[in-house]
Amino acid sequence: MIRNWRQFQDASIHRFFQFNGVLSILILLGIFFILFKDGLPALQQLGVGTFIQMIWNPTSFVQETYGMGAMIISTLMVTFLALLIAVPVGLGCAAYLSEVAPNWVREILKPVIEILAGIPSVVLGFLGIVIIGPWIARVFHLPNGLNALNGAILLAVMSLPTIISISEDAISSVPRAYKEASLALGASKWQTLIRVIVPSALSGIIASVMLGMGRAIGETMTVLMATGNALKTPTHILEAVRTMTATIAIELGEVPFGSEHYHGLFVIGFVLFVMTFLVNLVADIVLAKYQEVER
Amino acid sequence: MINKSVTEKIGFAVLAFCGLLVVLTLFGILWDIGYNGAAVLSWEFLTQPPREGMTLGGIFPALLGTLLVSLITVLFSVPLGMFSAIYLNEYARQGRLVRMIRLSIRNLSGVPSIVYGLFGVALFVRIFYFGASILSAGLTLGLLTLPWTITASEEALKTVPKSYRDGSLALGATKWQAIRTNVLPYAIPGMLSGAILGLARAAGETAPILFTGAAFFIPDLPRTLLDQFMALPYHLYILSTQHQDIATVRPIAYGTALVLIALVLCLNMVAVLIRYHYRKKARMAQ
Amino acid sequence: MVSIGIDKKALGNGGSNGHPVKISVKNLDFFYGPQKALEDINMDIPANQVTAFIGPSGCGKSTFLRCFNRMNETILGTRIEGTILLDNSNLYGSDVDVVDVRRRVGMVFQKSNPFPKSIFDNVAYGLRINGLKEKRKIAEIVEKSLMDAAIWDEVKDRLHESALGLSGGQQQRLCIARALAVQPEVILMDEPASALDPIATQKIEDLIQKLKKDYTIVIVTHNMQQAARVSDLTAFFYLGKLIEVNETALLFTRPQLKQTEDYITGRFG
Repeated sequence: MIRNWRQFQDASIHRFFQFNGVLSILILLGIFFILFKDGLPALQQLGVGTFIQMIWNPTSFVQETYGMGAMIISTLMVTFLALLIAVPVGLGCAAYLSEVAPNWVREILKPVIEILAGIPSVVLGFLGIVIIGPWIARVFHLPNGLNALNGAILLAVMSLPTIISISEDAISSVPRAYKEASLALGASKWQTLIRVIVPSALSGIIASVMLGMGRAIGETMTVLMATGNALKTPTHILEAVRTMTATIAIELGEVPFGSEHYHGLFVIGFVLFVMTFLVNLVADIVLAKYQEVER
Repeated sequence: MINKSVTEKIGFAVLAFCGLLVVLTLFGILWDIGYNGAAVLSWEFLTQPPREGMTLGGIFPALLGTLLVSLITVLFSVPLGMFSAIYLNEYARQGRLVRMIRLSIRNLSGVPSIVYGLFGVALFVRIFYFGASILSAGLTLGLLTLPWTITASEEALKTVPKSYRDGSLALGATKWQAIRTNVLPYAIPGMLSGAILGLARAAGETAPILFTGAAFFIPDLPRTLLDQFMALPYHLYILSTQHQDIATVRPIAYGTALVLIALVLCLNMVAVLIRYHYRKKARMAQ
Repeated sequence: MVSIGIDKKALGNGGSNGHPVKISVKNLDFFYGPQKALEDINMDIPANQVTAFIGPSGCGKSTFLRCFNRMNETILGTRIEGTILLDNSNLYGSDVDVVDVRRRVGMVFQKSNPFPKSIFDNVAYGLRINGLKEKRKIAEIVEKSLMDAAIWDEVKDRLHESALGLSGGQQQRLCIARALAVQPEVILMDEPASALDPIATQKIEDLIQKLKKDYTIVIVTHNMQQAARVSDLTAFFYLGKLIEVNETALLFTRPQLKQTEDYITGRFG
């Protein structure tokens, strides 16, 4: 009897932990389901076509519009601009860290990157307002510096730690033998880095850029505070733009619960979720591939 | 040959410059916030509520609110993260289920924080009827930090040598006995360090609490977990974008930013120290 | 390639040296994933004797040892076929709880693995997880176990210090004491002296001789001299098969098969 009780107990404990393990799947599905469920009424009442127009203006007195085009373009514009800054700097820093930097520099750089990753996004947004904004305004002779470029600079700072740490991992796990073979053939350290090491670490580097991109697309506070939030289709990087995340953040507090507008915001959330999900999934697949090769 | 080495020198200099840029960025941020924030920092600033439409006084309610919410976050996410990690590291066998779980965890860590905010509004505020409250915000942040607590707990479990488990099982311990008496005690410090990192993350997040409970200004301190609250990051957001007299409150905004950064960095530091101390001990044990 | 028949008969009916069978292995196969690690093993292990498993590394002797307390189940993707009878009941029977098996069959690992607890708590560990709460009784058994493991005199003044402060040989004897404390019937030792110096090894070997009075001992060793010194029965494994098993003195002086002879004379391995 005691033995049965003991086995029962152990099996129950096993089930308990297993349930907790499965929770992550449930939460992910739950997020998907709730966003979908709360977005659906808007899609039904307004039609899908409404959402694929350009302009989002659900509170207009003349004509309410729910077009997500402009904000998706804004999001992508700010994101790619951010990557344009963050990718070269991030990869350079990663290559420096793993191939060039002497030990004492590494001891400084590593914690610096960790601390940078820990800076709350709202603080960066604040600095976008008080430092980068005025600076952009001065350089480009604008009335204020709250625009796509400002947001992109902040997003670059936010995604740098992700890009650096993952691509550094990828670069330093390139087998020593490759490097030595290249050096033995008379290539300089620089040639080895550019022609051998970086190409072999490419999938890890791509994954790091994708993950950085995922972070940038989903980031809210910095873009909310620094991009000026103008509801129009952007044509220029020095224009104020309003991203998907910022739109949700600005409007969710003011909409009546259950209104078309409320549900419309969940549609944005759903699209945002799917976008980041796909980006992360691609990163995941690329990363898995490179780990496989490594093994 | 000269050509080659010149290219190399220039190339490496560019790389070093990238590294330098990252360092300068961080020190620029810390310097600006530290320099401007320190000017308003005082005991009153930390212990008094805001006065005169937030143009005077301190940030005590926001500080308290942030601590309370982070506490709920940790109480919710750390046990779940621990249990989940125990399953993954101790019980699970490789298979479809585990692959699905790991994929979910990785994807959860990439879900935008504002999406967690939406989810929190729909689930905790509406469906569970907690309203906009400390509880709703804490639970929302708990979900957001869950992937991190799981990963940190798993790392901690991985540092416990297999021989502790085997030795225990060979003496006739049940699986759970072996885990409870001979694995968890040695993984707890690592898990603790992960919990504190989660706390730091939760303390700095704004987007998920925008609609789940953070309030612009509340004269009274919260009395129950179903009250709304003020929070440091939200306070900073308000002071720098929503206040009617942004220029006047700028010093207070700087002070708030400094306190927030200091809080987050201190928590990170404590986590790192625990991990360091514990690693050293673990190394001695082997 | 099959085990030598005479030994099994000799042991099966009580043995030439008069010892009853403690463990009986029948048609045992063992797999790591798709790979067969042990093939068709049949042998008997006599009670209150020391049985040694020898063979080149990778021959499956450790894997075989770990079948006796079902420790292989902690490794993912392993599978076992056949039966192992402990006192005539199948260790792998569907109604058998693995925990009971491990309480009856203790184990000492190749690399000494004291827990990062005090010396006392290490030995008391098995008692406590078995539900013993009485402090006096625990202290009594701990003392007795440490004495039986011939380490009491060295540690009696520092019972509450960390076990990690002990030397390698002391740690291994502590692990033996820890195994003795739960009063098993069989003790498995997986190369218990492989990491020790000659003096510490000597102590472990003396201890094994002493312990066989009360326990059935199975030891894996890659050291043939050690097998010759401590064991009563020796089994030679090669490539996952039991090649030959015989009384130690006979196996080493008059091996029946050429493979065994080649191994013990050092021609390969």
